[in-house]
Amino acid sequence: MSLNRLLIAKPWIWSFAATITVWIVTVLFTGGASSFGLSQAALTFAAFSVVVGIGQMFVITLGPGNIDLSVPATMTLSGTLALKLMDVQDGMIVVGLLASIGIGLIIGIGNYVLIKALRIPPIIATLSMSFIVQSVAIWSNRGLRIKPPETLASFATSSLFGIPNVALVALILSIIAWVLLEKSIYGRWISAIGQSTFAARMAGIPVDGTRLVTYMLCAVLASVCGYLLASFSGGAALNMGSEYLLMSIAVVVIGGTAVAGGNSNIPGIWGASLFMFLVVSMLNTYGFGAGFRLILTGLIIIAVILLAGGRQSLR
Amino acid sequence: MTKTLKREEVVAARGVRVTFGAVKALDGADLVIHAGECIGLVGHNGAGKSTIVNVINGGLTPHDGSLTYSGREIHGISAARANGVRCVFQELSLCPNLTVGENARIMHAELKGWTWRNRALSLVETQLKDIFPGHSIDCDSTVDDLSIAERQMVEIAISFAGIDKRPKLVILDEPTSSLDAGLAAQLMAYIRKFVGEGGSVLLISHILGEILSTSDRIVVMKDGRVVADRAASEFSTRSLVEAMGNVVREQEFSRSVAARAGDAVLSMPPRRGHGLAFQAWRGEMIGLAGLGGHGQTEALLDLYLDRNSNWWPKRQREIAFVAGDRGLNGTFPLWSILKNLSIASLGQLATNRMVDRAREETLGAGWKQRIEIRTPNMENRILSLSGGNQQKVLFARALATTASTVLMDDPMRGVDIGTKQEVYEILRSEAANGRTFIWYSTEMDEIRLCDRVYVFRDGAIAAELVGEEITEKNVLAASFHEGDAA
Amino acid sequence: MKLSSGTIRLIIPAASLVLLLAAVFYMQPRAMSYTGLNLLFNLAVPIALATIAQMLIMSVNDLDLSMGTFVSFCACVSATFLQSSPALGILIFLGAIATYALIGVVIYVRDLPSIVVTLGMSFVWGGIAVLILPSPGGTAPTWARWLMTAKPPLVPMAIVASILIAAVTHYIVMRSSFGVLMRGVGGNDRSVERAGWSVLGLRAATYALAGFFAVLAGIALVGLTTSADANIALRYTLLSIAGVILGGGQFVGGKVSPIGAVIGALTLTLAGSFLSFMRISPDWQIGAQGAILIVVLALRLALNRLEKREKSQ
Repeated sequence: MSLNRLLIAKPWIWSFAATITVWIVTVLFTGGASSFGLSQAALTFAAFSVVVGIGQMFVITLGPGNIDLSVPATMTLSGTLALKLMDVQDGMIVVGLLASIGIGLIIGIGNYVLIKALRIPPIIATLSMSFIVQSVAIWSNRGLRIKPPETLASFATSSLFGIPNVALVALILSIIAWVLLEKSIYGRWISAIGQSTFAARMAGIPVDGTRLVTYMLCAVLASVCGYLLASFSGGAALNMGSEYLLMSIAVVVIGGTAVAGGNSNIPGIWGASLFMFLVVSMLNTYGFGAGFRLILTGLIIIAVILLAGGRQSLR
Repeated sequence: MTKTLKREEVVAARGVRVTFGAVKALDGADLVIHAGECIGLVGHNGAGKSTIVNVINGGLTPHDGSLTYSGREIHGISAARANGVRCVFQELSLCPNLTVGENARIMHAELKGWTWRNRALSLVETQLKDIFPGHSIDCDSTVDDLSIAERQMVEIAISFAGIDKRPKLVILDEPTSSLDAGLAAQLMAYIRKFVGEGGSVLLISHILGEILSTSDRIVVMKDGRVVADRAASEFSTRSLVEAMGNVVREQEFSRSVAARAGDAVLSMPPRRGHGLAFQAWRGEMIGLAGLGGHGQTEALLDLYLDRNSNWWPKRQREIAFVAGDRGLNGTFPLWSILKNLSIASLGQLATNRMVDRAREETLGAGWKQRIEIRTPNMENRILSLSGGNQQKVLFARALATTASTVLMDDPMRGVDIGTKQEVYEILRSEAANGRTFIWYSTEMDEIRLCDRVYVFRDGAIAAELVGEEITEKNVLAASFHEGDAA
Repeated sequence: MKLSSGTIRLIIPAASLVLLLAAVFYMQPRAMSYTGLNLLFNLAVPIALATIAQMLIMSVNDLDLSMGTFVSFCACVSATFLQSSPALGILIFLGAIATYALIGVVIYVRDLPSIVVTLGMSFVWGGIAVLILPSPGGTAPTWARWLMTAKPPLVPMAIVASILIAAVTHYIVMRSSFGVLMRGVGGNDRSVERAGWSVLGLRAATYALAGFFAVLAGIALVGLTTSADANIALRYTLLSIAGVILGGGQFVGGKVSPIGAVIGALTLTLAGSFLSFMRISPDWQIGAQGAILIVVLALRLALNRLEKREKSQ
């Protein structure tokens, strides 16, 4: 009974249970030899999903219809421009970071201006925005692959006490996001808006201001993620963000955030991100082809949401 | 009594028990409805009226007791419908994206074949004309484009309509909540006609005058049981209220003759370019009266939205709002009672934009006691409260702010008398402390509590009544056009 | 003359289409011919069918993020099984449509968010498509090829087919009893349920119908391109959603318009052709597409405002 209630109150437990299961299965299959390497790789790649996932989660919390499809384009543009600006010089690392944050801010504002000025659903506004951002990225990239500054690249690829640095960055960002969500007035506001925008307005919440900040936050997290990913993988590529479109949405929902808005949780994003990576690597270990891998990934997403999703009807 | 016993039983619920967790919603209630009678059902919020309605219309299977339709024991929504039970719910249940005719198609499965559109249209149009002669509803328009009163009229008409066979029992749950006096009278007249032709009606209303004048028999519920079941002629307003368990309190008229010091705290130019301007002074309780839907809510929204930025949070709240339609613009359903209460005053509960839980809990405990929110724990979900108590939370939300002006959008809609009295007390004491209240109400008793009243007509302010001028007669006179036949 | 609000909502997308078409004709007068129109709207038919499928899902307040991969899957089946052994191909399509109905049931029964379930399904369809056609190939069935390249007199095939699709779906969605019930589910499913209908059955039927139109989209696409690959229609997910919205449909509340959706699909197709006429550098093609989407939506807003002002007068 109390266990049941705990599972309903903390839906992210599901995603962690699934993660641990997949991890054990994979490690057992490889005879335990790869457990450290696997964990490190999982943490590294999950970190990128976590960073974009948190941003997407804030947006999804705003309620039905709120979603940011410009995440991959933002990641690409930020990675491309930041590397171009830094031009392999260590001294420019901070400038590059600030530039990519700036790009995020501009794209976030652009997104909300479109939503507000044209009164169109966010899904269409951010889609249109992503087309334009993607074009800017293509134009500025010109097929050249610029390497990240030496120090930045080694920071992004090394670890501290066995934990990858990018995972630590993601952890710090998660803690900040958690405080923001659970403790701050802003967190209350976005949850209120997600439950009923009109009621939030009548309770004195500056709805437009809050939503603008949220879209900016999401775009900034996406661009920081693009900056990190480009540094980690030794250069920006035009398609580097593409897999994060579906991934950012999938980790949020598998992690137990209500798609109907108003209710979000950050631990679940970690569980879901680790899970998504481990599933792919598990299928790789078993030697499945690309087709089977896709099918099983899809079926597992559906299975997880089937197992965890019943909570909504339980209330 | 002996006469009704001989009639056919349309629906009979005997010894019905329904529990939701620990709450006994129905505790052995009996309700028998015969053909050709109108039964008035009254009781507090939480007395079990909605639950027994849900049992009768098949939406809820009783945990104990028997439920028979025309003598046969069956369950389920479709079984109830097959036995001619129709229900008009308190919340409007039309599909807003469909036309009036298409809604009739959904409610009447018999409308089949190629010509269903024409038949559905004529069905609704005839029925609307029968109940509300002289209405001006276009049955080809989408429900979205209709006013709330028109939607309610359409829903009532669709429920009374019948193609092959007319409904045997129509349950009307607060059918006049959005209708003005003229339309309500038309509906009551139609109910009598329908009953005279052998149909039955179960009428639930907070307006006791309607219940007393329209029903043959009145059933009073309290705490999930039927406490009185007698002919309507044996009741008076006073005895009905007593049977519900409320002692009618004497109205105390402690109207403050407002000392108008300084400038008005709130003002608004004449609306739609005609009528009077709106002004409010500190400590006043101002009523917005008039027929429902004549621009009172819009005036409140304008007053509120003009003084509340949608982009920047304000340091000092100067105006707060109490919603009337809880589901639409009041409660946050996922949250606890406490979070629902504190949302408007987070600014004063926070240091460095972080909410201080301890201060929040103190605030919640204070208001729980002051406004008597009936819950064991403020951490419970807001939806665990009854409607009246949810409304109290919304009052507390507005009163807990530092706002000097509180706007109220008919907040007592569907609230029981006991709760009302408690809230009135608090409003009076807050007004005495210098708060300004602007109160739109559809109930005359509440308008009479105000210091000054603006009567709305056609979206603008038609008259201003002060002090002793506030009488039902004066309000009504200002609400109607001169020479109007209504 | 009195216009219903539904008709007024249709005028706006139609006007945007005409305006865009006028711009194309102005820049490239040669497009004003049978061949020119055929070229401009060449790819409109599969997009229109996919948009209709998406619109059906949206009419019950859901969203299908697997539309693109599903149409790709259908294209792969059309280019392989349907061509070599038609009976097996049809059987696979029936199974796919049944799967759609099942998804509709699961989403409703378990109260799941449609975007996540269809997100998962998009991986499944994509995976099956890769299994069927690991590399681009296959051949379109002759009849599909013939149908899509037919040259009716006066008006090009793409336009004839679009009008036909709009007419048929308008009848199903806006006029028939089933359409009313389906939109009723989108508008207020509780009252539909209270009136004694099975919301479950209605949603299953809606999903199945959407699956059917998506299958048609896959066949039409292969008829045009003659061969298929597993990624052939990935962009249809976003195109179909944008098409419904351009056509005046809404995400929630069962407010959809089949004629508008077809017009929206045509507008999107035209926007693609428009860009190649403008000789815009390939770098900016995608960006310009986004800009056109924004301009058309701004236009719609302006016209909407105008309509509202007239209404209040």
